[in-house]
Amino acid sequence: MTARIGVVTFPGSLDDRDTQRAIRLAGAEPVALWHKDKDLKQVDAVVLCGGFSYGDYLRAGAIARFSPVMEPLIEQAKAGLPVLGICNGFQILTEAHLLPGTMLRNNHLHFICRDQKLRVENAETAWTTDYTAGQEIHIPLKNIDGQYVADEHTLDELEAEGRVAFRYVDFNPNGSQRDIAGVTNAAGNVVGLMPHPEHAVEPLIGSGRTDGLPFFTSILKKLVNA
Amino acid sequence: MARVVVDVMLKPEILDPQGQAVQRALPRLGFDGISDVRQGKRFELEVDGPVDEAALARIHDLAESFLANTVIEDFTVRVEEVAEAVK
Repeated sequence: MTARIGVVTFPGSLDDRDTQRAIRLAGAEPVALWHKDKDLKQVDAVVLCGGFSYGDYLRAGAIARFSPVMEPLIEQAKAGLPVLGICNGFQILTEAHLLPGTMLRNNHLHFICRDQKLRVENAETAWTTDYTAGQEIHIPLKNIDGQYVADEHTLDELEAEGRVAFRYVDFNPNGSQRDIAGVTNAAGNVVGLMPHPEHAVEPLIGSGRTDGLPFFTSILKKLVNA
Repeated sequence: MARVVVDVMLKPEILDPQGQAVQRALPRLGFDGISDVRQGKRFELEVDGPVDEAALARIHDLAESFLANTVIEDFTVRVEEVAEAVK
């Protein structure tokens, strides 16, 4: 039996199908979760995917964070359930206080859609073990609220504990503090990033790279070997 | 019936690119002498029953946990009396 990885669909989620596909390509079994679900169907891990949950009303992720499915998710994430938040999913995780900081509108106010070079800074999280620390990868980035901010104390703490998981390389596309593209919690089970690894899993589409696939093979290996 | 107004503003140290864009448009429109613009949100909550200390405390909690993200935003809560609607 392989690992079962849940993908939550909120009203306004966009990338749930792509994320399910990426999970399948990595060899795991995707499980569709609905925002109104009160339990997580005993999945082994969860991905919160990209999109505009609840239209990004109030703040990106602010309303999704209070949907029924988030109650067991927050509780189990604190107990070690692996959770990956991509783009809007990352915003939901910060609103839920599972990850520090938050995202502001891009400093130039434009929507971005581009291939983005990143450096994997932490290859020891549940979602990054199939990378090597310092590895540079290309992953699509597409958002308008992508500017990572946190107070100086939090940023220093993240740096000191190796919790900056991904950094933008060559070019900071949105004004994110310290070029931060993604962070992890202290335990390494909850990871969030703005770029979209699920859009870089097949040679046929996008840049032709599969630099995003290791996210999904990393978690599969961790769960199967557990 | 009373109205409680919650104003949410980005903290002073947080960059407000939308406010900056508004500010930069002002000279084009012939408005001079405005050196800075900050953009925020105003929520008007119509409260059933009296707005006593307990009600205000609950609204404060609501503002802190939901209406504002205190990582980047400050908020104020104030009561605004509303004239009773003509029946």
